[in-house]
Amino acid sequence: MLITCPYCGPRDVIEFTYQGDGNRERPQPASQDLDAWNAYVYDRLNPAGDHNEIWQHSGGCRAHLRVVRNTITHEILSTAFARGGHKSADNRAEGRS
Amino acid sequence: MSPRRTETGGRIDRLRTIRFTFDGAAYTGHAGDTLASALLASGVTLFGRSFKYHRPRGLLSAGVEEPNALVTVLRGEVREPNIPATMVEIYDGLVAVSQNRTPSLAWDIGAINQLGGKILSAGFYYKTFMGPVIGPLKGTRFWMFCEHFIRRAAGLGKAGTAPDPARYGRMNAFCDVLVVGSGPAGLMAAKAAADQGARVILADLEANLGGSANWSGETIDGMPAADWAQRMAAQLAGNDNVRLLPRTTVWGYYDGNTLAALERVTDHKEVAATGEPRQRYWAIRAGTVVLATGSFERPLVFPGNDRPGVMLAHAAERYANEYGVLPGQRIALFTNNDSAYRSAVALKKAGAAVVAIIDVRGDISNEMRRLTSDAGAELLAGHAVVATEGGKALTGLKVQRFDAMSGSLSGDERSIHADNLLMSGGWSPTIHLASQAGAKAEWDPARQAFLPPKPTQRWIGAGAFTGSFSTAEAIAEGRAAGLQAAGGAVSSGPLPVVEAAPGDPNPAPVFEIKAKGKSFVDFQHDVTAEDVRLAHREGFVSVEHLKRYTTLGMATDQGKNSNVPGLAIMAEALGKPIPEVGTTRFRPPYTAVSIGSLAAERFGDLKPERLTPMHDWHIANGARMYSAGLWYRPMIYGLPGETVEQAYVREARATRESAGIVDVSTLGKIAVQGPDAAEFLDRVYTNMFSTLAVGKARYGLMLREDGLAFDDGTTWRLGEQDFLMTTTTANAGKVMQHLEYFLDVIWPELKVTVTSVTDEWAGAAIGGPKARAILASCVTGTAVDNATLPFMGIVHGRIAGVPVMICRLSFSGEMAFEVYSGAGYGTRVWEALIEAGKPFGLVTYGLEALGTMRIEKGHVTGAEIDGRTTARDLHLDWMLSKKKPFIGSAMMDREGLIASDRLQLVGVVALDNRPLNGGGHIVEELDEANPHDSLGHITACCYSPALGKYIALALVKGGKARHGTRAFVSDPLRNRFGPVEIVSNHFYDPDGSRMHG
Amino acid sequence: MAEYSAFSLLKNALAGNKDWKPAWRKPDPKASYDVIVIGGGGHGLSTAYYLAKEHGITNVAVLEKGWLGSGNVGRNTTAVRSNYLLPQNTRFYEHSMKLWENLSHDLNYNVMFSQRGCLNLAHTPAHLDDYARRGNAMRHLGVDAELMSVDQIKRLVPALDVSGSARFPVLGGLMQPRAGTARHDAVAWGYARGADRRGVDIIENCEVTGFLRDGDRITGVSTTRGEIRAKKVALAVAGSTGHVMQLAGISHMPIESHVLQAFVSESLKPVIDTVLTFGMGHFYISQSDKGGLVYGGDLDGYNSYAQRGSLPIVDEVMSEMLALFPGLARVRMLRSWGGLCDMTMDGSPIITTGPLPGMYLNAGWCYGGFKATPASGWCFAYTIAKDEPHEFNAPFTLDRFYRGLIIDDKGQGATPRLH
Repeated sequence: MLITCPYCGPRDVIEFTYQGDGNRERPQPASQDLDAWNAYVYDRLNPAGDHNEIWQHSGGCRAHLRVVRNTITHEILSTAFARGGHKSADNRAEGRS
Repeated sequence: MSPRRTETGGRIDRLRTIRFTFDGAAYTGHAGDTLASALLASGVTLFGRSFKYHRPRGLLSAGVEEPNALVTVLRGEVREPNIPATMVEIYDGLVAVSQNRTPSLAWDIGAINQLGGKILSAGFYYKTFMGPVIGPLKGTRFWMFCEHFIRRAAGLGKAGTAPDPARYGRMNAFCDVLVVGSGPAGLMAAKAAADQGARVILADLEANLGGSANWSGETIDGMPAADWAQRMAAQLAGNDNVRLLPRTTVWGYYDGNTLAALERVTDHKEVAATGEPRQRYWAIRAGTVVLATGSFERPLVFPGNDRPGVMLAHAAERYANEYGVLPGQRIALFTNNDSAYRSAVALKKAGAAVVAIIDVRGDISNEMRRLTSDAGAELLAGHAVVATEGGKALTGLKVQRFDAMSGSLSGDERSIHADNLLMSGGWSPTIHLASQAGAKAEWDPARQAFLPPKPTQRWIGAGAFTGSFSTAEAIAEGRAAGLQAAGGAVSSGPLPVVEAAPGDPNPAPVFEIKAKGKSFVDFQHDVTAEDVRLAHREGFVSVEHLKRYTTLGMATDQGKNSNVPGLAIMAEALGKPIPEVGTTRFRPPYTAVSIGSLAAERFGDLKPERLTPMHDWHIANGARMYSAGLWYRPMIYGLPGETVEQAYVREARATRESAGIVDVSTLGKIAVQGPDAAEFLDRVYTNMFSTLAVGKARYGLMLREDGLAFDDGTTWRLGEQDFLMTTTTANAGKVMQHLEYFLDVIWPELKVTVTSVTDEWAGAAIGGPKARAILASCVTGTAVDNATLPFMGIVHGRIAGVPVMICRLSFSGEMAFEVYSGAGYGTRVWEALIEAGKPFGLVTYGLEALGTMRIEKGHVTGAEIDGRTTARDLHLDWMLSKKKPFIGSAMMDREGLIASDRLQLVGVVALDNRPLNGGGHIVEELDEANPHDSLGHITACCYSPALGKYIALALVKGGKARHGTRAFVSDPLRNRFGPVEIVSNHFYDPDGSRMHG
Repeated sequence: MAEYSAFSLLKNALAGNKDWKPAWRKPDPKASYDVIVIGGGGHGLSTAYYLAKEHGITNVAVLEKGWLGSGNVGRNTTAVRSNYLLPQNTRFYEHSMKLWENLSHDLNYNVMFSQRGCLNLAHTPAHLDDYARRGNAMRHLGVDAELMSVDQIKRLVPALDVSGSARFPVLGGLMQPRAGTARHDAVAWGYARGADRRGVDIIENCEVTGFLRDGDRITGVSTTRGEIRAKKVALAVAGSTGHVMQLAGISHMPIESHVLQAFVSESLKPVIDTVLTFGMGHFYISQSDKGGLVYGGDLDGYNSYAQRGSLPIVDEVMSEMLALFPGLARVRMLRSWGGLCDMTMDGSPIITTGPLPGMYLNAGWCYGGFKATPASGWCFAYTIAKDEPHEFNAPFTLDRFYRGLIIDDKGQGATPRLH
């Protein structure tokens, strides 16, 4: 698998660390909504298909990336910096598979 | 002249004689021979024994698919088992031995298994060996008794235990076009792509590029195909943008068009050149891959088809044309398709007598009839072989009339005298890599073969791989694929002209001749056609069940010979077409790959070693080192004659009485900087850091998101926006990743950067009643008195001229200081401190004494923060700020995390004054014979010089409520039982008067 | 149906092996059943077997979308052990171990359970303490465990590098003598035959495409072979749990599907006579009766349904193997494959009633599912039959994550790839 880091270019998967489901919404820090916290910590979408996920380029620039990847074909559909908000789809244009 | 070597021909160097041994006997061959061709030339017919029945076996093939002739190659004591003799290039001094036979290949006691015959049918293991239900052999005992013998009878070669002295290399390569296979299609593709300026890699598993051109006997552009191939290869070799990789098997097609290949660099050499690895592992990232991997000829399934001397037709052609060896003097061929006719003519040309061509088809084209007469053979159309004769070599065969439509035999058996029977059951494209890349193969009823699937990654097929079996098609498809892969325009220019024997690529759909006797489908694993039908009768009808129940296709050739015939026999039994039985998906590797090559540069060097700046000093000064993760740290600095316990007790006692110094450079260190650094730390730590004054440090605790304890350490405020965080040694990387994740993903609005500076700083902790005096005697540029450097204060100064940062904090419980300097000056500062400490009785201490003093103080480390404990379990609830949310705060009070029967940290004192052991358990009721009802376990233990007792920290159920009660240590693994008292974890100086001093 | 025995083998051999009957029938699905088990893998089949054997519930269908045993029961490294740290896991896996010890007799099918031991190697003193903690925990639950010295280890596994010069020298190890390996496919086939003989319908090539509902209650399934009704619908679909739960309208689960690779070498004469694990990484190895070294390591580390692995893990696993066995560098890896692991948030499984009325869930086996096969089916059958868990599976609820009652043997928290 090759992931295109917006800084570093296409790099082998060995340089990256998977940081899980990118669909999860962290409640506000002061939130006491335990159900929301539980959902954030424990529940996963786990789709067989396109998956929005977070990867860290830990063996490179160490930036976190938001990656859309197909969990059946392992095709990378888009990559973008994770920084800059939770669900901003705009960044995806920066990446290429 | 060896008996079977032809007078001329072949691509061997007849002027160079090579000497080698096989099973201890001396042989000779020529440069360019494989072990198979050289032995064949010497008249050897018996090469191996099969897996189950230990039947004598000869060569089936001339290539990588060889299932029978497996040998072990020896280099001194180092063994390489299970190598096909067809893939071993001979060199002077080669030592090869046969396998799976006792005592010798000719006389193998295991052949007695053949008498078991029908009892040892597919799946027989599952139906027996279960043994008695009662008595001494009940349960699994009877099976294990039988298994002992079964295991020794099974297996092929013997692995070595002598360390392999060879080096294995690894290369990461990038190219625009990777061409796999160097037959006419591959050569054309590589040439076309290279001419477009693309960076090209051309890999072939054989030693000589050219593929089938090397033995086809065809003519290309007016020259022998082999010469044409050689010329093409030479042209390619002259191109800067082309890399040729002969002896390189591309064995894996992974995601992202990453392909794995194994280059056999020196296996064919007597002695490797300096610096050459034995093998090289290539990880190739290719823009586009051209798959020109050719095809495999299939065996036919008929009684006695495994007799030594029965061989694939193209293999014999190859032995004759490429190696100048005749596999027999009187040759018969048995076929369901046209390709064998060309083989017959080739063998006739090479000097053999071709006695008969037996073709299952009744209608034979005039062209094939002409080739038959060219071969001087008798044509037996509408016939089939029903038996073979001979022992360890073929002496003859029997044929009968055969109707290809009904599969029925008729008429009298006729005997034919022959010492070599060649078979051709049609051809299967080598689609393995395409299948690995992710898609399902498609059955082509005309070719009677699985053709490559539609590409799921960026590859293009060419030649026999696509089912285009003629060289002319291969050349055209190869060029088109190369151009397309390189992004070039389709060319209509002239193509090389091929002169080849005619032939219809489509075989008759005949896979098996049903007659009396064992007909083998999987040669190595001894799976017969009857075994396939038995699997059908018992319901194991899907292709995967067939494989798993009969072991068909699970041998070292991975079904390259047996897959399609096996499917065909099952399909017939089911009355279904072949594709409905299914095809298995091919997985890496295409052929077996040495484990050494996969470890490559990490063979003998698994993980890096992390050494502190003072490492050499520790070694030079008698430290016994301890491996902690990747780090090496001093365990003790033992004196002659001291035990480990004596050493650490001495070190700890001296520290508490005068002073001790320990290397703490391994602690994780992270610079946290920026306008929002304090806010960030407030969110990360359970306690407050925004209130920390510049020039002060504070102990902090982090939780995970789920509310459990994560890591602890001190963080120093060096400036308003500048913090130096320390973490435990083990969690340094994890904490860093944790901080980066929150800054990047969760709180991108925070203006903070984090930088790992673990390796930038050397750290020494010096503690004890005389620690301050020692510092005072060697530090310049700052005072270190109580006013200038209070508890948790930080000062900057110099030691031995080196700038240092000193923080007064304590892990040992004594008045103590951590002295940080630039890593490059660590030893200089360390030595200056040692020198300054001499008048004060300063000792160096290691991890054992460090551990002892921290146990006495009841501090926690990774043994207690083990990923299952909470802050409350560890009595760190005082650190949980109520003034602010922090990571884990919302989750930490869930019912399961605050239950009163959780494991909680306590101190334990051995009442029998004997050592305790880490991992010992605590019980209320001692039962040495049947230990039960564990309350918890010891996390760390020592002899405490301060208390004069054996003490421990433990995690015990409801531990806090048990202070002052009696319990027992129960350690059946080490037979340590005895009474203990449960106490507070703060054994020593609980109010901290010594460190506050 | 005839018993399997040495005698029946001989009798059939004399008859040319023409009289063997199918190991299980190939029935068409009926309109309704008392219980439908979705998933014809090891756990689904053993559930059906124990429903029939222990609870007399025989009007049962097992629905398998492909061929029987096509999931993880047929793609694992075959180790069977009960050497866990936490008592909830140890009790459950020890129950499994006891079922394993009599399984061939129970099923009249030789599953080749070979109790050749499982040895965890320790490489630092802290490691030895960890294993002592675990071994003592096992002993306090009546499970066998012993510490082995380097000399004992050297005698048991002569090919192992126990020299002090190794990067991570072996200091000792924790041995569970009753642990071992079994023939994975035989377990699926044995349970299938056993369930079939008790009247269970095993229906292959029958994919569940949806659930039949009456309000919240599950009343059956729609399949590629039509609608089938049932009083109780039980899921045992491992890596496909997320997908099947989505068919039931439950979009999120505390599960991620990951791929785990496994490897087999070419056949060799016996060289490793136990199950062995490396302590300074993640690596485990044993040798099959056919002679292949069977080994594996870490998950690939990202969500996947591809049953296909990546190259870096291949390299890592082989490197760790040679750190232990430098003499095996010239042995060759013959096959590799990927299995889907339903990784939970604490590394422990789920066997429970619900989460919807009429539904029962068996999932989250991470990569420990093969050894659990007997106890998983046994406990799941109990839970289905009685509508409450047995004490062995009572801790393995779905809500334990949310309530903080996590069973985290590795102490890694809610990061599935680390379990």
